[in-house]
Amino acid sequence: MSTILKVTDLTKHFAGNKHGLFGKADVIHAVDGLSFELAQGEALGLVGESGCGKSTTGRLITRLLEPTSGKIEFEDQDITHLSNNDLRPIRTQLQMIFQDPYSSLNPRHTVGTIVGTPFKISKVTPEGGVKKRVQELLEIVGLNPEHYNRYPHEFSGGQRQRIGIARALALRPKVIVADEPVSALDVSIQAQIINLMKDLQKDFGLTFIFIAHDLAVVRHFAQRVAVMYLGNIVEIADRDSLYSNPKHPYTKALLSAVPEADPDAVGARERIRLTGDVPNPINPPSGCRFRTRCWKAQEICATTPPQLLQVGKSSVACHFPE
Amino acid sequence: MSSFLEVKNLCVNFPTEDGLVKAVDNLSFSVEKGKTLGIVGESGSGKSVTSLAILGLHKGGKAQVSGQIFVGGVEVNSGSESDIRKLRGNQMAMIFQDSLTALTPFYTIGDQIVEAYQVHNKVSKADGKKHAIQMLDRVGIPEPQKRVDDYPHQFSGGMRQRAMIAMALSCNPSLLIADEPTTALDVTVQAQILELLRQLQKDFGTAIILITHDLGVVAETADDVLLMYAGKAVEYGSVRDVLQKPQHPYGWGLLTSIPRLTGDPDKKLAAIPGTPPSLISVPSGCAFHPRCSYVSTVGAACSATVPDLLPVATGAHHLVRCHLDVKNREDIFKNQVVPKL
Repeated sequence: MSTILKVTDLTKHFAGNKHGLFGKADVIHAVDGLSFELAQGEALGLVGESGCGKSTTGRLITRLLEPTSGKIEFEDQDITHLSNNDLRPIRTQLQMIFQDPYSSLNPRHTVGTIVGTPFKISKVTPEGGVKKRVQELLEIVGLNPEHYNRYPHEFSGGQRQRIGIARALALRPKVIVADEPVSALDVSIQAQIINLMKDLQKDFGLTFIFIAHDLAVVRHFAQRVAVMYLGNIVEIADRDSLYSNPKHPYTKALLSAVPEADPDAVGARERIRLTGDVPNPINPPSGCRFRTRCWKAQEICATTPPQLLQVGKSSVACHFPE
Repeated sequence: MSSFLEVKNLCVNFPTEDGLVKAVDNLSFSVEKGKTLGIVGESGSGKSVTSLAILGLHKGGKAQVSGQIFVGGVEVNSGSESDIRKLRGNQMAMIFQDSLTALTPFYTIGDQIVEAYQVHNKVSKADGKKHAIQMLDRVGIPEPQKRVDDYPHQFSGGMRQRAMIAMALSCNPSLLIADEPTTALDVTVQAQILELLRQLQKDFGTAIILITHDLGVVAETADDVLLMYAGKAVEYGSVRDVLQKPQHPYGWGLLTSIPRLTGDPDKKLAAIPGTPPSLISVPSGCAFHPRCSYVSTVGAACSATVPDLLPVATGAHHLVRCHLDVKNREDIFKNQVVPKL
């Protein structure tokens, strides 16, 4: 399989609060030195708790945010610092699905306008005209094409998310970044949307970056999973290795914290209780960033940041992998 | 042991310009001291409206509330505001989903806990603060003497949720209503909070109502489960009965549609088709029938008459609201639902 997207040492620092008039501003280390590759047609899951930098990563890849340093290559072309004009043809290939189906659709535009806007922006006229193509798209995502003239408020949350998906599909992109696409939906609707995105991936050969905090959801969608903690990837592996044989203590703790819908499984499982909260990204811990909550931490963890190294079938950034 | 909370035939209606919204329809349940009832349902199924009714918070609003709610023997629905005030915060307390909006940003965490405590106890401000520090310590906030003077924005999400639990428990209530207490939190923090609630329940013998849409959270904490759909209870029983031997097609659908950490990840999720109904025009008969796959097994009754909430077997404490007869239900569960789990 060929590599479609390559990220090397990607870093994003945001400016935080300034201390005094001439003081220095805080630096928020949102994403720090991320490297991974994405193969054509695969679905990579990015998981982690809030504030770990997974959404920032998604926005950097789609170039909605300007990276501080590092490199993003899309089909062997460096797109890290392309101007908006030069980006336009790339953007047709790289689309995004957002988390909140309420705020990501303009309430004053009809569904037809919303799904048709990508054509207008990239100045493409699809075969048979925009309206015909939009109606096709609505049909693909399971909406009634006759609802072309309706407004977003006339749809339920799940249907709105389908509209967002139709919009992302409009320009036949190669890569779609889905940022928490199902977390705002009810359980019974979640499954519908996951199934729809899986079908689309198969039918159109799409490559997905699937950002989510729910490990069970990611397991049902991604073939490869990267676990993030405070701006770093701590473990990246194929799905089966990661879920059945987690190497990083944090991955292990995350997996053991997921509540299972079976009362008999509750006592049966080994539980790892992490204490405390995720540290502040303004002042991340020295060495390994997870060490403040880790039960295996030793001296070396405070001094040397662990590198992402191959252990068995996984890549792990830990001095003492399982 | 008699139940501390008893809800009988609770109905809550909201008159709106578009018509009458039947948010809660003829709901009955009870919770004993030291036990946890999980109320499960999708958005708009009436979970939160039920909890507000128990606290008597619909009074003075437009809502039409009927039925009876006994909290420790006192009837809330017909009681006077001053009577309920004595109960609220003292005998019963609530933890809200979003701790950032539930706490006042302009007062310190300590002030907010002391205020709740002083309403029901004649203590000086200094003693109240001592109590607040004790409570913060009890819910696992580090350095409570220092953090008691912090403002809500200085706390992280998990710590705010702990502070809210401290506030709710400051008068040692016998009934605690937790409305999606962990939905806004990360999984590792969620595990901490659930553990804390379990521990506090053990120590204080509190009756807890846990409102959630997460079946995993219910499986971990609840003793009984009430499954709601479109304002009605569709299934009610012990957590083992409802999650392991569910009898209602909606319960089947929920269990088969959630992604799990076990089982074949490449298998398609068995989603429930369609969307939850609008409460203004609830479907005739069984409200779930437009989304139900087993309507053809029963026939016309599903869309014509509302099924009653009946025991699964005579004398059983497992109730279900479905027209399917026992034999069909068991066959479908064994042959069509279990393979999908």
